[in-house]
Amino acid sequence: MEKKKIDRREFLKTLGLGAAATTAALYGCSPKGAATASAPAGEVPTDRMTYRTSSATGDRVSLLGYGCMRWPLLDSPASDGNPIDQQTVNELVDYALAHGVNYFDTAPVYLQGFSERSTGIALKRHPRESYFIATKMSNFSNFSRENSLAMYRQSFKELQVDYIDYYLLHSLGGKGLESFNQRFIDNGVLEFLQREREAGRIRNLGWSFHGSTELFDHLMAMHDSGEARWDFVQIQMNYVDWRHASGRNVNAEYLYGELEKRNIPAIIMEPLLGGRLSRLNDFLVGRLKERRPTQSTASWAFRFAGTYPGVLTVLSGMTYMEHLQDNIRTYSPLEELTPEELELLEDTAQVMLKFPTIPCTECQYCMPCPYGLNIPAIFAHYNKCVNEGNVPKDSQDPNYRKARRAFLIGYDRSVPRLRQASHCIGCNQCVSHCPQSIKIPQQLHRIDRYVEQLKQDKL
Amino acid sequence: MLRKIRIALALLFFVLITLLFLDFTGTLHAWFGWMAKIQFLPAVLALNIGVVLFLVVLTLLFGRIYCSVICPLGVLQDLVSWFSGRRRKHRNRFVYSPARTWLRWTVFVLFVVAMVAGLGSLGALIAPYSAYGRMVQSLLAPLYAWGNNLLAWVAERADSYAFYSVDVWMKSLSTLGIAVVTFVVIFLLAWRNGRTWCNTICPVGTLLGVLSRFSLLKPRFDTSKCNGCKLCARNCKASCIDPAAHKIDYSRCVACMDCLENCRQGAISYTWRREAPAAKSPAPKGEPENRPKGKSGVKPVDTAVSAAGDPVSRASAEEAPADASRRRFLGVVGLFVGTALQAQEKKVDGGLALIEEKRIPQRTTPLVPPGARGLREFLTHCTACQLCVAVCPNQVLRPSGGLMRLMKPEMSYERGYCRPECTKCAEVCPANAIHLADLAEKSSIQIGHAVWIPENCVVKTDGVACGNCARHCPVGAIHLVPVDPNDRKSLCIPSVDEARCIGCGACENLCPSRPFSAIVVEGHEHHKTL
Repeated sequence: MEKKKIDRREFLKTLGLGAAATTAALYGCSPKGAATASAPAGEVPTDRMTYRTSSATGDRVSLLGYGCMRWPLLDSPASDGNPIDQQTVNELVDYALAHGVNYFDTAPVYLQGFSERSTGIALKRHPRESYFIATKMSNFSNFSRENSLAMYRQSFKELQVDYIDYYLLHSLGGKGLESFNQRFIDNGVLEFLQREREAGRIRNLGWSFHGSTELFDHLMAMHDSGEARWDFVQIQMNYVDWRHASGRNVNAEYLYGELEKRNIPAIIMEPLLGGRLSRLNDFLVGRLKERRPTQSTASWAFRFAGTYPGVLTVLSGMTYMEHLQDNIRTYSPLEELTPEELELLEDTAQVMLKFPTIPCTECQYCMPCPYGLNIPAIFAHYNKCVNEGNVPKDSQDPNYRKARRAFLIGYDRSVPRLRQASHCIGCNQCVSHCPQSIKIPQQLHRIDRYVEQLKQDKL
Repeated sequence: MLRKIRIALALLFFVLITLLFLDFTGTLHAWFGWMAKIQFLPAVLALNIGVVLFLVVLTLLFGRIYCSVICPLGVLQDLVSWFSGRRRKHRNRFVYSPARTWLRWTVFVLFVVAMVAGLGSLGALIAPYSAYGRMVQSLLAPLYAWGNNLLAWVAERADSYAFYSVDVWMKSLSTLGIAVVTFVVIFLLAWRNGRTWCNTICPVGTLLGVLSRFSLLKPRFDTSKCNGCKLCARNCKASCIDPAAHKIDYSRCVACMDCLENCRQGAISYTWRREAPAAKSPAPKGEPENRPKGKSGVKPVDTAVSAAGDPVSRASAEEAPADASRRRFLGVVGLFVGTALQAQEKKVDGGLALIEEKRIPQRTTPLVPPGARGLREFLTHCTACQLCVAVCPNQVLRPSGGLMRLMKPEMSYERGYCRPECTKCAEVCPANAIHLADLAEKSSIQIGHAVWIPENCVVKTDGVACGNCARHCPVGAIHLVPVDPNDRKSLCIPSVDEARCIGCGACENLCPSRPFSAIVVEGHEHHKTL
């Protein structure tokens, strides 16, 4: 016990902070860490992060980027309506910076509109040059020039900065070329932003993409013709979307290839498919663990994204310290996938596609549902049951009774009754918000029908 | 020995019947549902001649052991009385009192008149089984449910599905009030004078008292052995032993056998012979230490009932998150309030919309469950014991507050609807007020029909497509028709096929319009089979 205390003190001295550090990390990082004292999950290095250099500005960006869409929440919002647990956010940000993470990605609409403010508060406590900040133009509902510019300027206030390192046209593609033109071309907003870049208030200008091939090609053509210059592009990439993109998403293999051709750095979002790639079914987890028993399921997905050299940073919305630590471990330094491992992940993706999970990433863009449903929670419960084998297909299934009970009781536990799928009226207001193009009402009705069958025992 | 057998049986019945009211899963009913069905008044109302005959014969053979063993209210009073007798200086606290025959029969006649006149609720106030059910359902069941929810909370964290959480809600204020009054009255009477209630008020006690006078087996005096110590009378909770005259008022004796064990002379025996048998163990059985303890054979049983009195809370865990997000983010359903930004307008991500609580609509005719055959038939049979209310898993049944139907169950659909796979209420009803042969019968009984209320419908008010009522109708009685008959592509509104609607309330419960649904079930006086 005495020894441990000394280790801790020494460690704190070297780190200079450590309010944020958990005990696991403490033991892990102690220089004298004997075999018995080291954390079970392995150490979290502070100085071995893999960095990539941006071809546009020469920025040295950590391969792990912090997605600020999933900050931890309070049990009930603060008096100003802010639902975010600021104290924990500060601890996570401090820890991330101390371990080499220097890219933070937020947007005006995240977390009921409070993500920018919280991220700004946490980062303000550190030197401005020690991190890169990314935010977006989320002018979805009102794309007038005035509203868009107001949103742009508000981001500076919320983030408490006088320049933004990475500025993105948020979620292009949702409604195709027409919507892109309305949001950014017709109102002159893109022109304005390019001038802002010249003025130095935006250091890198790019966009995040959830759309069709046509729009992507159009945007690439704009770059080729010099009509616009994209310093980076943010795409959805993971070992499922690489060749099996769902909805209106485009295969990442194509997107990445096009970017690589033009030497445009790629920023990766959804490396875990909203966490789904960290929650595989038992068979798939077993196969990965066989090869690397001590590494998390999620680490495979991160290594996949990092293996491609054109990737500048890989964003992860880390709510919990353990996720942050696990990801830091994975990228300190990155161990690239071997061709054989790449093949295994492609096979994993193919097996996954055989399981009818709903490709929800829990991004919350569809929320709040005006009729009170908790859409992501319903999908999460369904997917969890699929992965755990609790979605019986027939009442003759050997574990039918047990699975039925787990599904129904778990449903009431995860989603309050009044927020369950039975209350979906099919108004379709959510559909256009879903970046994964899930036909939300149809899926909800399908789940509701299934629940009815289970309840009535008529499967 | 006889007393110990009586106590063991009584406790068994008492605990299991109480559990019938508490076990919301309905598992216990499969095994012990008969215990409710052999209660006297329910059996009479169910016209269950077999059970009534059995109870009559039982009483003619053994006296009122029904009151000592089968009746949960009787056992409850014994428990209260036992605790009362454990106090110092209250050991041998009873004295003989003459029967209040006029009061008993006045109450009995009034009770019968009330029942015949269709004022069953009045009768239910004093009917023993109804009174007991009311107390357990209103006072004890919420505590049981909260205890269960605590276990469910633990189970959830242990990733176990052994327990699931249930909602605790105020089903009826008037019934809760009556239950509290009933409990206080019963408790006070039993605490002071043992079985006063059974022998003056209880109509079942009065009726069985007539029969028990003629019962074959009775406690009888052997005057030759009696030394006049009066211990028997002082320990008779029915106050029915007149030791001076060596007489027992058999109409009030509940055959508890306490006197047998208290008599150290062995002067009282439970026998069919008029004279006590001379051959039967003359040896005094009373060891000295047996005396002061009085009812030492009774095992201490925790009367959880006494912990009741907490008002049932209406708040359920489910509403809490809604409350939280209510704060600022979403003032009104569908109205998105952004952050305090200047000229900026945006739809932000996340958060939950506030869900307004549904309110009970006006129904001209109250809804009673399928299997009740009709409102009048239901009211004549129902004893208001609350057993169906206790087991309804969909939170549909609750005691009525209406004067003529006071405490008798009625249905409403704000919290759930009468689900197609459930026949719980019919399974448990001891009085046959709700009777279903099988599940198929239930889905073919029309208890009411749905009525569309255009001014509440979201298709009209919000201009959105809906059809949730039609999607969930189990009998396909709701058809969607275009608002504008000339425009096939206009939004659709529901139209109810009254001939097919069974009144289950799926439409009403799942209607997105709040607080009042846009489709409401109106009850029928007489149920019909479709």
